[in-house]
Amino acid sequence: MNSLSAAGGQALQLIAEADPKLTEIVLLSLRVSLSAVAIACAVGLPVGAAIAVGRFPGRHSVIVVLNALMGLPPVVVGLLVYLLLSRAGPLGEMGLLFTPSAMVIAQAILVTPIIAALARQVIEDAWGEYREQLRSLGETRLGAAMTLLWDVRYSLVTLVLAGFGRAAAEVGAVIIVGGNIDGVTRVMTTAIALETSKGDLPLALGLGLVLLTIVLALNAAAYVVKETAQRRYG
Amino acid sequence: MLPLRLHEVVFAAGGRRIIDSVTLDIHPGLRCMIVGPNGAGKSVLLRLCHGLLHPTSGTIRWHAHEVDGAPRRQAMVFQRPVMLRRSAIANVVYALRVARVPRDTRVERAREALRKVGLDALASSPARVLSGGEQQRLALARAWALKPRVLFLDEPSASLDPGATHEIEKVINAMHESGTKIVMVTHNLGQARRLGDEILFLHQGHLVERAPVARFFRHPQSPEAAQFLEGELPW
Repeated sequence: MNSLSAAGGQALQLIAEADPKLTEIVLLSLRVSLSAVAIACAVGLPVGAAIAVGRFPGRHSVIVVLNALMGLPPVVVGLLVYLLLSRAGPLGEMGLLFTPSAMVIAQAILVTPIIAALARQVIEDAWGEYREQLRSLGETRLGAAMTLLWDVRYSLVTLVLAGFGRAAAEVGAVIIVGGNIDGVTRVMTTAIALETSKGDLPLALGLGLVLLTIVLALNAAAYVVKETAQRRYG
Repeated sequence: MLPLRLHEVVFAAGGRRIIDSVTLDIHPGLRCMIVGPNGAGKSVLLRLCHGLLHPTSGTIRWHAHEVDGAPRRQAMVFQRPVMLRRSAIANVVYALRVARVPRDTRVERAREALRKVGLDALASSPARVLSGGEQQRLALARAWALKPRVLFLDEPSASLDPGATHEIEKVINAMHESGTKIVMVTHNLGQARRLGDEILFLHQGHLVERAPVARFFRHPQSPEAAQFLEGELPW
């Protein structure tokens, strides 16, 4: 217990002093996950909206598959992206393996179904409320999808924060495609895994605390956004 | 656009004929009240006229079709107003944008419409925090801004208290006076009497009787209408 509290104390010190190693790892994590979420939103939000207001054969199957993809195991995504990007793979020429870009790709693949499936649900609920009125005004399906995306924007913020939380907290995908290379592809989660297995607790604990704080802050932000929006806009 | 001609229109769903061979013409002018017991098909008939539903068989024809690219000339107000998460005026401007009204006239037309329904003071308020009566007036303003030839209303004051109902009725009459044809479903027979010029009485998907208001209430021609007015036909 003594060594644990000592490690804890050292961890806090690392954070307080903005230890360069810790800072580098945190910043890389944020860069990778934020980029991945940005891509996931660019793809997932329009796809979710389109499925929500669209009518096409096989729509129910698409929804079921999309929902199922939310549960993609990160390590399996990592494996698949590894196979794609490795020298022997179809995109091997691009030399992306073991770079932050590979990690962004893997996390984007992981988070996109989450954003799309949740957006689909939120927008479909809104479409149920608005459909008759919007059609009465002469709105097209495309126009309706865009209008609804904006109208449920506060719920979408919550959803995007959830997606980011998922990306920031996963280790399986980034460790396989990134390789956890010191100073290049070492992010919070992979560093925690490594440092703990080395028995080097202060850095692991410090990163763990930062990660926890980020996740808590995201959830708090999501809550505040929804509450404020509800009160202001109804 | 008017007259609107319905010819042997049938609407079936779930194995049931909700509208069973209705033939009627809707001409400009008279305020038209659609009444009837629950399940008579009134709301469905309204939606068929407006184009939200398509008939299973039969035809529904406007005299002149809406020109592609020109502003939409008919509007509908529902029992519950549906507003976007924007300000009151933004909701009206949105409708004008969808109707492809020229950009530089939208805000002015929206303000004008809000003024006519007495909501200009609340123009910048978020629409969804307005009271039920105010939101319904906003829905009417949104419809009015479109300068519709026909306004369909589906029990617009069913969820409102008498004070708000009175406000709504004032606006509907004002729209009638400015030349919009009113076609309205109502459960409230007193309201039908107050607002209507003619009654369309629907029962089990059939148009059973059509008469000027005074005659319908004093001398209903059909047994179903008589029973309905006596309160003996709840469905």
